[in-house]
Amino acid sequence: MSEAATTPLGAMWRRLRRNRSFVIGVALVSIIVAVAILAPLLAPHDPLRNNFRARLQPPSAMFWLGTDHFGRDILSRILHGARISLVIGASVVVVTGILGTAIGAIAGFFRALDEPIMRLMDAIMAFPAILLAMAIAAVMGASVTNVVLALSIATTPHTARIVRGSVLVVREMEYVEAARALGASELRVLFRHVLVNTTGPLIVRLTYVFAIAILAEAALSFIGVGPPPPAPSFGNIIANGRDFMIVAPWITIFPGLAIIAVVLGLNLLGDGLRDVLDPRTRI
Amino acid sequence: MIRFLARRLAGSAVVFLLVSMLTFALIWLVPGDPTTVLLEASATPEQVERLRGALGLDKPLPLQMLDWYRRVLSGDLGRSILLNRSVTEALLERLPVTLSIAAIALSLAVLLGVAAGILAALFHNRWPDQLVMVVALFGLSVPDFWLGLLFILVFALGLGWFPTGGFSPIEQGALDWARSIALPALALALTQMGFVARMARASMLDVLSQDFVRTADAKGLSRRYIVLRHGLPNALVPVLTVIGIIAGALLGGTVVIEQVFSIPGVGRLVIGAILSRDFPVIQGGLLFLAAVYLVVNLIVDILYAAVDPRVRLE
Repeated sequence: MSEAATTPLGAMWRRLRRNRSFVIGVALVSIIVAVAILAPLLAPHDPLRNNFRARLQPPSAMFWLGTDHFGRDILSRILHGARISLVIGASVVVVTGILGTAIGAIAGFFRALDEPIMRLMDAIMAFPAILLAMAIAAVMGASVTNVVLALSIATTPHTARIVRGSVLVVREMEYVEAARALGASELRVLFRHVLVNTTGPLIVRLTYVFAIAILAEAALSFIGVGPPPPAPSFGNIIANGRDFMIVAPWITIFPGLAIIAVVLGLNLLGDGLRDVLDPRTRI
Repeated sequence: MIRFLARRLAGSAVVFLLVSMLTFALIWLVPGDPTTVLLEASATPEQVERLRGALGLDKPLPLQMLDWYRRVLSGDLGRSILLNRSVTEALLERLPVTLSIAAIALSLAVLLGVAAGILAALFHNRWPDQLVMVVALFGLSVPDFWLGLLFILVFALGLGWFPTGGFSPIEQGALDWARSIALPALALALTQMGFVARMARASMLDVLSQDFVRTADAKGLSRRYIVLRHGLPNALVPVLTVIGIIAGALLGGTVVIEQVFSIPGVGRLVIGAILSRDFPVIQGGLLFLAAVYLVVNLIVDILYAAVDPRVRLE
């Protein structure tokens, strides 16, 4: 343990542990992930089972967060919904991470391709991201996979821009020149020396991408182009509750609070990581 | 400045051409043939052929593309399949509604955000700062459409201060107009305000730590004078860029919020088109909103270059 503290990673970890945003964010996100994983054990009812004798029940000892118009338990739906929303968010992070790194690295490392690639990224960024994702998801057909693809396409350009920015800085470093002088191939330089040193800003960005994806998935589901019902996702539950807002506001309110908890946790985590990993861009 | 303008305009033009190419390409994402999605299974081959002709799908791809560009540049975005009318007309009719909501939300977000951010910077690390930062963080974490629903629940259904939805044109009375867009604009502004506040705070803190502020302080100028005359103008420059960034988020947010408040804007038109696969309207709407975004960012960049001459040399 004492040895770890003297390495750069150990020092970084010590700074993260002292960062309040990071600690609260990690705690919040860990709790939510644990709850999502354990949802089948924790959920008091079947999230999909209709129970017409218990329609639109307000929160009670039996149904902690009330029921919807099919008599489905809102708490159970939120717990299972967290799984769908988190899986979508995590998948978007993976796809965007791969695409963004690949595109950003190529644009930053190979000068001739920089201009055309980044112009194309600018063009994608000109569309309101949420609307682009809706159009893509709707055109390809509503499914979890298509939602992930649509959100990844919408979040990749900005990620690529960040990776490219880091690559442009790192490629001019002396140790990169030294690696070249020692006869390292271009690909080796790119993977072993340049890309590994762009991970800080990338990790920070991907944390925010996770948050953005959770918010966007909710909006997509609300509009009706998200994961198809009856599967509960945060946005699906809110969309269901909309027609019953006067008689059963709990259907709308609670999933929204769940979204806030997840996104708040991710934003805190991102802020903490940024303070430590990417101190140049403090906002 | 002229050279900067020319370069920047040319850049925007290139991006716009790419944007319209991507919009055109959207139709390729449809699995199979768009006509199979649009028509019922019982459609006769003649019906399919007629629709293919109407969509221009019977021509070779390069010709379709050329056709598309020619039409886009002349302002013709085709006919809506569902409404059976010109897409450009339908969009132009609804654009003022969407733009007014987005513009008011943007102004609110910038005014409130800058005020909160400056306040936070002046009380750095004390309770007003912490309060502003917590509120800003919450703003960034709340889904805007959900906040809109909550506003309807509290201020429209509960207290009855505002209508639950719909839009009242400004010609029919400014008060009704303001009441009809107050809640959607506020819901959007509050979720974007956090971003502005964080940026304004960081920027103000940065300026206040500069040498010229210390010099002003050493000269014995009052704190108020330093903040208003030296701090604020310099701190506001980076905030300009935020306007360009949140313009896109606000346009997207407006699209969804129009659905929440049943406001007949571009967003509602396009979402209706998305749900019923009215391709010309989807493409036209995307192109329109992207064009608005590009124009806003062009203006922001020009303003930036006007106040900060260093930008022109880049």
